Amino acid sequence: MKISEIEQEEFLLAGTSACHGCPSSMCLRIVLKALGKRTVLVVPACCTSVYMGPFPNSAIKVPVFNTAFASAAATASGIKASLEMQEIEGEVVVWAGDGGTYDIGLQALSGAAERGDDIIFICYNNEIYSNTGIQRSGATPFGAWTTTTWTGKKEHKKDVAELMLAHGIPYVATASTGYLKDLYEKVKKAKKIKGFRYIEILAPCPPGWRFPMDKTVMMGRLAVETGMWILFESVNGKTRLTGVSNQIALGRRKMKDVREYIKLQGRFDHLDENEIAEIENYIERKWRRLISAEEGSDILMFKTV
Amino acid sequence: MSRSEMLKSNSMLQDVKILTGNEVAAYAARNSKVRVVAAYPITPVTPVVETISKMVESGEMLARFIRVESEHSALAACIGASAAGSRAFTATSSHGLAYMHEMLHWATNARTPIVMAVANRAIGPGWNIWADLSDSLSQRDAGWMQFYCSSNQEIYDTIAMAYKLAENEKVLLPSMVCYDGFVLSHTSMPVQLTDLDDFMPEYDAVWRLDFDDPFTHGNILPPENFAELRHNIQKSHDKALKLMKEVEKEFYEVSGRKTTLKMEEYRLEDAEIAIVTMGAIASEAKVAVDSLRDKRVNVGLLRVKSFRPFPEKEIKRVLDDISKIYVFDRALSPGSGGPLYQEIKSALAFTQEKRIMPRIVGIGGIDVTKRTIERAIFDKKIWIKEVVA
Repeated sequence: MKISEIEQEEFLLAGTSACHGCPSSMCLRIVLKALGKRTVLVVPACCTSVYMGPFPNSAIKVPVFNTAFASAAATASGIKASLEMQEIEGEVVVWAGDGGTYDIGLQALSGAAERGDDIIFICYNNEIYSNTGIQRSGATPFGAWTTTTWTGKKEHKKDVAELMLAHGIPYVATASTGYLKDLYEKVKKAKKIKGFRYIEILAPCPPGWRFPMDKTVMMGRLAVETGMWILFESVNGKTRLTGVSNQIALGRRKMKDVREYIKLQGRFDHLDENEIAEIENYIERKWRRLISAEEGSDILMFKTV
Repeated sequence: MSRSEMLKSNSMLQDVKILTGNEVAAYAARNSKVRVVAAYPITPVTPVVETISKMVESGEMLARFIRVESEHSALAACIGASAAGSRAFTATSSHGLAYMHEMLHWATNARTPIVMAVANRAIGPGWNIWADLSDSLSQRDAGWMQFYCSSNQEIYDTIAMAYKLAENEKVLLPSMVCYDGFVLSHTSMPVQLTDLDDFMPEYDAVWRLDFDDPFTHGNILPPENFAELRHNIQKSHDKALKLMKEVEKEFYEVSGRKTTLKMEEYRLEDAEIAIVTMGAIASEAKVAVDSLRDKRVNVGLLRVKSFRPFPEKEIKRVLDDISKIYVFDRALSPGSGGPLYQEIKSALAFTQEKRIMPRIVGIGGIDVTKRTIERAIFDKKIWIKEVVA
């Protein structure tokens, strides 16, 4: 797909109150272009609740229903059930941060996924509670400074995309703010599939991760290039790596040193070599657990080692 | 009774069925043309969920039933369904209602006229599954209308009437229809499942999410707008009180039953003593009133049906000439006392001198008999913790 083929109409209007360099608003703009007009956006408490703007205005040009932090997936299920009963066509899409996905929103997410409700759940994962001022979440990586982990987080993050694979839903994909065309295509693909669909976007947050606001896209790319974030897509149980992650797995591209990624982020400033080695171990474990490459094939099956 | 009324009631007698309170709640939801149900099982309300599930699967009820993973999600799904333009229903009890707390507030401010059946039950620990109104009364300030039923027929009628009232464009408030766990939820009584086609048309939402006219619902609301919303919610409660008579009349026209939404007066005209209570205990209190009257005690009953909105003015009028008032609460607001007692005291403030006496009865499911109520009038004890056989 060429960039010129991306939908011209804007559904996220200019002038939101998002921070400069915000990955969420950047991705939401692309996601809404892929989804189009007949979309209800369900938003639990997160940065988007704020930057969509205060009543009576709104920066979002599709119907938006704000809901409580824990309730995004269940609210979307209710909206979809109502539309189905009324025979109204339309996509119901959750747009949630990692708090509303990994932590407080996990139960409702798992319930809706298990029921197979016909909705798309998109998590923009900036690896922190950024809206409340940078606190650690279940998605915060090992070592990261936050205002509730002043000396660095002592635990590794969990992985909800993998958890969604375990739910056996028809579509799971990861994306990154570094590759917006890939994100657009994945949302388009999800839209063609019926049932519960999950997309998770890595969203590097300049104030939360402590890097300059003009480096958001670069950071989104470095995360993938260093193996810290893996791009994949799973359609009806068939899982394959995509984009740069796939090239790394096939040996067509060398995985970059993770130091290139973490040295640019103030949240990792305090890390010593042992801690960096722990992150490197994490990356290795993650890749081993996730993939088992078949020679010459770009279809990579997930395998537990 | 006029001839036409007699004919009407005769034809309706054919529909009489022997049903539990829970079954009645499920049939009321079906006949009220509920199109989305989201619910989670909890004792003693579970049979509502089971009955609805069975009816949806057999095609007897045209609705989507979302089998959610928690009560918090049950109400969230109902809020979503209501916002998208469907009549939504759920049912819960006790811990389930407590777990919904956040979404109760959400439903109110979102202006989603959901109706929920609540089979009242105590909240643990220790685990107690029996009747106690503390679960819904502790949700007093969540903004929902609350109606307390005294019979299974009333559960049926009230669910239908609650939708009618809740969906009025001047009201748009969610509503709880409450009934004592087990005492009503699991007791079978004759109930007329009146056809509601003329009373309850297909839901036509005052507002709904619309692809062709997109708007953002529930975003940041600056203080002045927020105060306006909250003021409007209070005004809607006031309006609901005024509209109750109209809804009662409309319901009477299709059912021939004078089911009250607000309150019921029983032998109060010449009474010197009034018993004030709610829910199933009010049924027992009628028996107690008759028995006391036989013993020449001039007593009557005021049954409060609508706890929110609270019909303060009417209560004041009805109790104006009565100097001794006993308020029976099957609930406790720890540190204060009975929730209904507080309300009655506040409604009667600044009126002529009265003795208003609290009675805490039936907590955690203690059986409240006719004799419990009779004796409580003569005893000075506030707490009655034994069954008076």
